[in-house]
Amino acid sequence: MMFAAAALGILVAIALAMFRAFSGPTVFDRILAVNTTGTLSVILISVYGFLTERPEFLDIALLYALINFIGTVAVTKFVQFQGLGYPVGDHEDGDV
Amino acid sequence: MIETGTLIDIASWIFIIAGLFFTITGTIGLVRLPDVFARMHGAGMVDTMGMALILVGLLLHAPSAIVAIKIILILAFIFFTSPTTCYALARAALHAGVKPMISGVTDSQKTESEKSKT
Repeated sequence: MMFAAAALGILVAIALAMFRAFSGPTVFDRILAVNTTGTLSVILISVYGFLTERPEFLDIALLYALINFIGTVAVTKFVQFQGLGYPVGDHEDGDV
Repeated sequence: MIETGTLIDIASWIFIIAGLFFTITGTIGLVRLPDVFARMHGAGMVDTMGMALILVGLLLHAPSAIVAIKIILILAFIFFTSPTTCYALARAALHAGVKPMISGVTDSQKTESEKSKT
């Protein structure tokens, strides 16, 4: 009951964040909303693991947390510098 | 005399309801606030208070020590990476020329009102 209520609330929050991801005026609104969706999906996977009484789902949640961080920083860097490898033009070295 | 299990259930309910309140408030802010930098404030609330309170609510129900350690790992990791992401995103937005909202008028609204004046 408790975990079902938590999962329902998190789904509502994911729907709101996805609305901003689809309708954001700039690309940074979309990146921010996708990052929030990733954090919420980490919580949703954890809650689902407890809901089905299989807490091994926490391993997947931990992996999602790692991938979410790397992915958001990579997309931000790609949008800013049009590339992931080397610094472009007069930008500083390895800048994020 | 209240049993320990009931007490843990009540505490877990309180933590999860508080976490859901912060999560949904933060996402409503993400939808309704006027500006990228203002929306980061709402997203930060989801990433700190909402996430932490819901995971603490789950932590009270952990059946074994390894599950508790994994929850604490997730908590600590998101707690450290969320400000880093927000910082990188704000810096990239400033680099790309997004102007922060000053005195209640966003950049796009200002250009529209200036267009209507001329």
